[in-house]
Amino acid sequence: MRIGVLALQGAFAEHEAMLQTLGADCFEIRKPADIKGQPMDGFVIPGGESTVMTKLLHGLGLFELLQGKIAGGLPVFGTCAGLILLAKHVQGGITCFPCMDITVRRNAYGRQLGSFETTALFTGLGEVPTVFIRGPYIECAGENVQVLAYVDGNIVAARQENILVTAFHPELKQDVRIHRFFLDIVNKYKKEKEKPQSRCG
Amino acid sequence: MAQSRYELNKNLAQMLKGGVIMDVTTPEQAKIAENAGACAVMALERIPADIRAAGGVSRMSDPKMIRGIQETVSIPVMAKVRIGHFAEAQILQAIEIDYIDESEVLSPADDVYHIDKTKFEVPFVCGAKDLGEALRRIAEGASMIRTKGEPGTGDVVQAVRHMRMMASEIRRIAGLAEDELYEAAKQMQVPFELLQYVHNNRRLPVVNFAAGGIATPADAALMMQLGAEGVFVGSGIFKSGNPAKRAAAIVQAVTNYNDAELLAKLSEDLGEAMVGINEQEIELLMAERGK
Repeated sequence: MRIGVLALQGAFAEHEAMLQTLGADCFEIRKPADIKGQPMDGFVIPGGESTVMTKLLHGLGLFELLQGKIAGGLPVFGTCAGLILLAKHVQGGITCFPCMDITVRRNAYGRQLGSFETTALFTGLGEVPTVFIRGPYIECAGENVQVLAYVDGNIVAARQENILVTAFHPELKQDVRIHRFFLDIVNKYKKEKEKPQSRCG
Repeated sequence: MAQSRYELNKNLAQMLKGGVIMDVTTPEQAKIAENAGACAVMALERIPADIRAAGGVSRMSDPKMIRGIQETVSIPVMAKVRIGHFAEAQILQAIEIDYIDESEVLSPADDVYHIDKTKFEVPFVCGAKDLGEALRRIAEGASMIRTKGEPGTGDVVQAVRHMRMMASEIRRIAGLAEDELYEAAKQMQVPFELLQYVHNNRRLPVVNFAAGGIATPADAALMMQLGAEGVFVGSGIFKSGNPAKRAAAIVQAVTNYNDAELLAKLSEDLGEAMVGINEQEIELLMAERGK
């Protein structure tokens, strides 16, 4: 299983470390040559500054390549800034890959003094630790979006087909369950992708 | 400060990694920096080159000016306080600054003590020339470290010296036997637990950026290859001919610091770089402030 991690800015190393403990192969995406012709079974957009990543995706010629892959059904996991990049509507910011039917509020909890840690019930996983760093939340989600967790009545984790997002940072804690949940989505996608090929062959 | 708050403050520094933090003096400059891809801005009344030129006592900026910048951009806003000036830090905390830089660029307010940063909820970044200074600042509650460089000069030599010194000392500590760490902690005047962390993990317990004298995409790439996790650019951007273009080029250089072909392209046509002063021509060594 090869997971591409967007390594333009932010906490990408933390995601890689966590995915590697779960047995996934990770590679960093910083320029088009990193993905052209490379097999990729899943894609991770880490936390960081969404404005910086959006700017760099365009400036480095990565945007269209990755948008095509996401539109093609590639499993994507976005945390915090990653969630903002995937949202169709962004309050207080611009959209990047507008592919998930959610409206996101940026810096929803204010400045750094508003950053906090708590726990939330995550559908199918039980209680998970949730760290919010100048985090966003999802104000509303479309019918095709499955809400996975709430904190204080706001949506903080959701899934739409192969796209998984969290407003918090599972990569900053020791709990690997959400990353494993993502790798399960990747596995299923990979198996389905390989099915018709084996029939033809 | 509760342990959980300290963790959250270290976490914010993790989110800044791989990014460029730019000095700005007006909301307009802050907007240019944000649009160019800065991951945070440092709000200050005068950039270090002008502080150096003007001389005199240099203090915390006007909170109104900082608020103006906070209202203009959506990225984190940092601001500087004088070394040891905890009242200035209390004021910045009151206006909900995202990060305080207890900085040698301003005139020190206390020539013995740094701020007890554990008393604050907002995070602090501090400068360090070597591992001992870094661990002393972390013991006082700093949740991010940067090299001191020599601000306002456009000369990267000191940032390089500090980053190499840090890396070399970390390698030395990592190679010590467990029972040698006690003596090393005593020699370096640092807490044993922090030194033990460095020994076990071969890195600082917090994020480490480069700062001071970074003026070109090549400077930024150099610092990243030497082990910096991101860079501060002070006078280098708004003292240059084309700030927006230079800022965007430095942002891309920090992401692709190993790609010489791209760096070549990024270094083209940036206009006039800041003039700079050589280390030997400086009368005031700011890096010597606070140890």
